[in-house]
Amino acid sequence: MPESGVIHDIGYQRYTGPRLGPGYSARALYVHGVRSAYGLGRSPWAKVLPIGLIGLAGLASLIIVIINSQMPQPVLDYVGIASTFTFAAAVFVAVVAPELVSVDLRTNLLQLYLSRPLGRASYALTKVAALATATFLLFAAPMLIMFIGMAFSTDDGVAGVVEEFGGLLVGLLAAVVHASLLAALGLPIASLSGRRVFATGMIIGVFLITAPISAFLRELDPGTIGRLAGLLDPNSLLNGVDQWLFGADVSLVSIGSSGPVYGLVTVALTALGTMAAVWRYKGVKS
Amino acid sequence: MPLIETTALGMRYDGKVTALSDLTLDVEAGVVGLVGVNGAGKTTLIKLALGLLTPTSGRIRVLGLDPIADGEQVRAKVGYMPEHDCLPPDMIAAEFVTHMARVSGLPAAAARERASETLRHVGLYEERYRRIGGYSTGMKQRVKLAQALVHDPELLLLDEPTNGLDPAGRRAMLDLVHRIGTEFGISVVVCSHLLGEIERICTSLVAIDAGTLLRSATLSSMTGHNDLLVVEVDEGAERLATALTAGGVDVRRENRVLTVRLGQDDGAVYDLIRDAVADLDLCLHRLERQRYQVADLFRDRPAEEVSHA
Repeated sequence: MPESGVIHDIGYQRYTGPRLGPGYSARALYVHGVRSAYGLGRSPWAKVLPIGLIGLAGLASLIIVIINSQMPQPVLDYVGIASTFTFAAAVFVAVVAPELVSVDLRTNLLQLYLSRPLGRASYALTKVAALATATFLLFAAPMLIMFIGMAFSTDDGVAGVVEEFGGLLVGLLAAVVHASLLAALGLPIASLSGRRVFATGMIIGVFLITAPISAFLRELDPGTIGRLAGLLDPNSLLNGVDQWLFGADVSLVSIGSSGPVYGLVTVALTALGTMAAVWRYKGVKS
Repeated sequence: MPLIETTALGMRYDGKVTALSDLTLDVEAGVVGLVGVNGAGKTTLIKLALGLLTPTSGRIRVLGLDPIADGEQVRAKVGYMPEHDCLPPDMIAAEFVTHMARVSGLPAAAARERASETLRHVGLYEERYRRIGGYSTGMKQRVKLAQALVHDPELLLLDEPTNGLDPAGRRAMLDLVHRIGTEFGISVVVCSHLLGEIERICTSLVAIDAGTLLRSATLSSMTGHNDLLVVEVDEGAERLATALTAGGVDVRRENRVLTVRLGQDDGAVYDLIRDAVADLDLCLHRLERQRYQVADLFRDRPAEEVSHA
């Protein structure tokens, strides 16, 4: 063991400074969660997928900006980004959610967290919030790029910029809805397995299985069943909300007059998923 | 105030496996060794003390608080080092310990400062800027200890801290635990299934077996007993015993071997034995001083004495 050399050992110092409460603990875990979702503070390999995805999203929005500025009518607006990027965000959640919770389970790091002033419920809620924030950033980054691009290329001066800004705010609101639902669905699923691969597979599986069922029902019956079939698949569910609330141009499903049902189901699923995460950690072995 | 106080504490897992039953004990400040074989209930007791488990019967208080009702307060004042691996391999040790300090409630700047200080105290210097995944078992144990110590707890709970270490590593870890208890002034409860290993660093010992208390005492009261002298003679052990008893010493005889308790004035006892052997003209085979081993306190104790404990 190397000696500390010239550094004088002043012995152990007791800590007399402030000790902040459980709220601060949760905040520390939250910031750590958002950072590690993008691989910050972790190995270079952990950065590849999340940073790559957000980079691709940015690139895609740049291309959209260029196309939009050439066309008389924009082909895709801010809410359109939220709708079309949902599947990419689902992939992001599938990769990142296991990073946030499965690793803690597998390495037993969870018991170190639980032996600190941080309750089981706040651990679960903090992780859901961190995942939702990371997912929100994935939506927000391309929207910001689009806003900057459109603001510079607008022909209507300040009025054009203000209009674009209004669009951006609506888009960010849609992003909050998307990110919350995806995180509330992905996190409890990921928390079932300590193996990252299984957790990722299960989340992707939910999307892969529900999408064709929903599409099949929509094909089968264009009536009420078809209109409500979109509820089965998160991707079309969120698109339905976008159409109902934010008037999205992109329509994966025809929701007819059942927009409120889509909204209700989205809120219910988000709440249910969050509760499932809390419930899951109530019983977890520590 | 006792650090940990339990009253008729019982813990059953799933209503089937009994981990602790009717455990009543007081753990006083100092370095406390919690000994017992694997499965005796040591880890269960620690998890109950942290409020991670809810006791199925009885009561436990830690630092005067109820770990279930005041869990947050208890866990802010207690540091816990689990038995098994619990570190994220792809984090840098210094960052990890800083993060854990913040989760314990230390402001960012203080967390960073205390993390590097604590890592230095446990013996990690330049290595602390490497990823934990590349660490040896000994270094991982040090990081585990550092994360338990970083928020300057009042009580440190160490579950088998020498697990997986080689003899030199064990000695270094135990010395470190001893320093934490004495120089740092933090009370430590250290679990081990190896009594011989922790007896030299502890101020008191608690022995549990199959979820019940076997014995709890301070080490000074345990080793405060006088040493024993073993006297072995060829024949006439009975006569020698009678002579020594007449001389006023405590003698036990087992065939040809006498065990004599050394009193305050052990020189007098030696003289008495020498004179008695010479007077009776016996053949002395062996005269050996036997140090009182703590292990003797836990071994071969009469059944009724155990149930009293």
